[in-house]
Amino acid sequence: MELVGLLNYWIVIVLMMTGFYIVISHGNLVKKIVGLNVFQVSVFLLYITMGKVHGGTAPILEEGIALYSNPLPHVLILTAIVVGVATTALGLALVVRISDAYGTIEDDEIDAMENND
Amino acid sequence: MIAHHLPILQIIIPLMSAPICLVLRHARIAWVLSLAVSWICLVISVSLLVKVLDGGAISYELGDWAAPWGIEYHIDTLNAFVLVIVTAVGAVVMLYAKASVEAEVPEERRYLFYTMLMLCLTGLLGITITGDAFNLFVFLEISSLSSYVLISMGRDRRALTAAYRYLILGTVGATFYIIGVGLMYMMTGTLNFADLATLIPSVADTRTIQVALGFLTVGLCLKLALFPLHMWLPNAYVYAPSAVTVFLASTATKVAVYALIRVIFTIFGAVDILDIVQVRNLLMTMAIIAMFFGSIVAIYQMNVKRMLAYSSIAQIGYMILGVSLDTLTGVAAGIIHLFNHAMMKGSLFMALGAVIYQIGSVHLDDMAGLGRKMPLTMAAFVVGGLSLIGVPLTVGFISKWYLIQAVLERGWWPIAIIIITTSLLAVIYVWRVVEIIYFRAPSGAAAVATEAPVSLVVPTWILIGATLYFGIDATTTLDVAIAAARALIGGGS
Repeated sequence: MELVGLLNYWIVIVLMMTGFYIVISHGNLVKKIVGLNVFQVSVFLLYITMGKVHGGTAPILEEGIALYSNPLPHVLILTAIVVGVATTALGLALVVRISDAYGTIEDDEIDAMENND
Repeated sequence: MIAHHLPILQIIIPLMSAPICLVLRHARIAWVLSLAVSWICLVISVSLLVKVLDGGAISYELGDWAAPWGIEYHIDTLNAFVLVIVTAVGAVVMLYAKASVEAEVPEERRYLFYTMLMLCLTGLLGITITGDAFNLFVFLEISSLSSYVLISMGRDRRALTAAYRYLILGTVGATFYIIGVGLMYMMTGTLNFADLATLIPSVADTRTIQVALGFLTVGLCLKLALFPLHMWLPNAYVYAPSAVTVFLASTATKVAVYALIRVIFTIFGAVDILDIVQVRNLLMTMAIIAMFFGSIVAIYQMNVKRMLAYSSIAQIGYMILGVSLDTLTGVAAGIIHLFNHAMMKGSLFMALGAVIYQIGSVHLDDMAGLGRKMPLTMAAFVVGGLSLIGVPLTVGFISKWYLIQAVLERGWWPIAIIIITTSLLAVIYVWRVVEIIYFRAPSGAAAVATEAPVSLVVPTWILIGATLYFGIDATTTLDVAIAAARALIGGGS
């Protein structure tokens, strides 16, 4: 039961570590951005989970609704999603420019070229 | 009436100027607008500081929503001081930017450059002024995203990869910060700094809060480039356009240090959590390694901009060392070094920007003999260098004097010896440059170089003037720094 109750948090940790590992280990610049995305999504899930109240409904003022989820973390994460989209867009735009300038998006090949510059 | 709204105007004015620059699509008008806005911001921040020093902390509730629920801008001595640092550097950089940007950024991108610079200014001011943990994250990302763009505008293609790497590490840092904020919210149900400070002590023993502190510290240390999380900094500083390097080097890391101070002394101020999870010792160790590492690596650099970037890593070590001492003098030394380092590093990078403007390179060999060709610029570089070392009559001396005093108060004399040793290392890397620019015959581009234009020399000397003025008469800055430190740690020790 304990395990099931914490299921979301387990998913958060797995996603977080997966994303972080991709960011660190992959040499492909696009894959790094994907990893970064997975990493950020895990945090979205963390916030959404902490706002959930067991048995609560959507936080709408209505007759007969006493128990509802905490809307604040959900609203916060809307902002964080926007930030995440902006970061992804900017990151990918940089990758396009890097690809134009270097002709590759592999980290080690770029490193080799930079050492020659 | 308007005076009451100064805190929000500080943010709104640069924020609104960014889209206006974008719509106008005209480089010169964008520059004039940004210049005007940056000086208005300086006036606002100085009047806020005066107000805070006279009448204590100001609290401004956005949209009149009461504090723990609505977002609050809370201005005490510390962040009023940091606001002045950021806006002062911003105002001087805008004077400097026109000529430098015209030389380094293509015409069609210049208005975008000013748009981004204004957004970056907004973000940095927002981080400083806000009293809300999540709001700080949003401003952190505004400043970070715009600084990635600014860095990528450098002429060298390596600017792109530098910006990309900073984007990856910066996003990881900001995400760590937001995880920390989330964990604190789980335990306390609040995001307001003052509210967090009162609620944290009752839950301080939980694993959640300790993990939160870990995430916050690591995330912010990534943004402020504390060793070993500094990897993004050297390339970002070297390949960014000169004006951007000046601006980021003297504001971005300082604001991140401010955010760390806020977390440690305001949010976790009432608890002894620093001792529980050893954050303080960890920070101190890293700060000392950073001082050595930065200074030693700087000695071996042939690119002078890169040399100064590594020196920045060392200087960040001094700030964090002061903060980690956790005494009144120590924190005051850290805070005053925020200001002092902004002034001297700003002027040094400005001098290098002038060199790039004239000879197109800051490689040490290309700069040979420039002392005679560009006397004013190089004299500025020398004064800035002396300040990095910590020679009396410069601001660098004031910082190191107080830092050593703070260390000795604690009785940790080996650390005092380390501070002096790393200062001697600074002598080596500064002297290397001085020797080559003054005692070697000019060759190549340097042989035909002339003094940089007035619009580059004057801003450089404004900052050098500040370096000397506040080095000779430091009573103003010291009073503010000590008042800020006292407010943070409650007058203890």
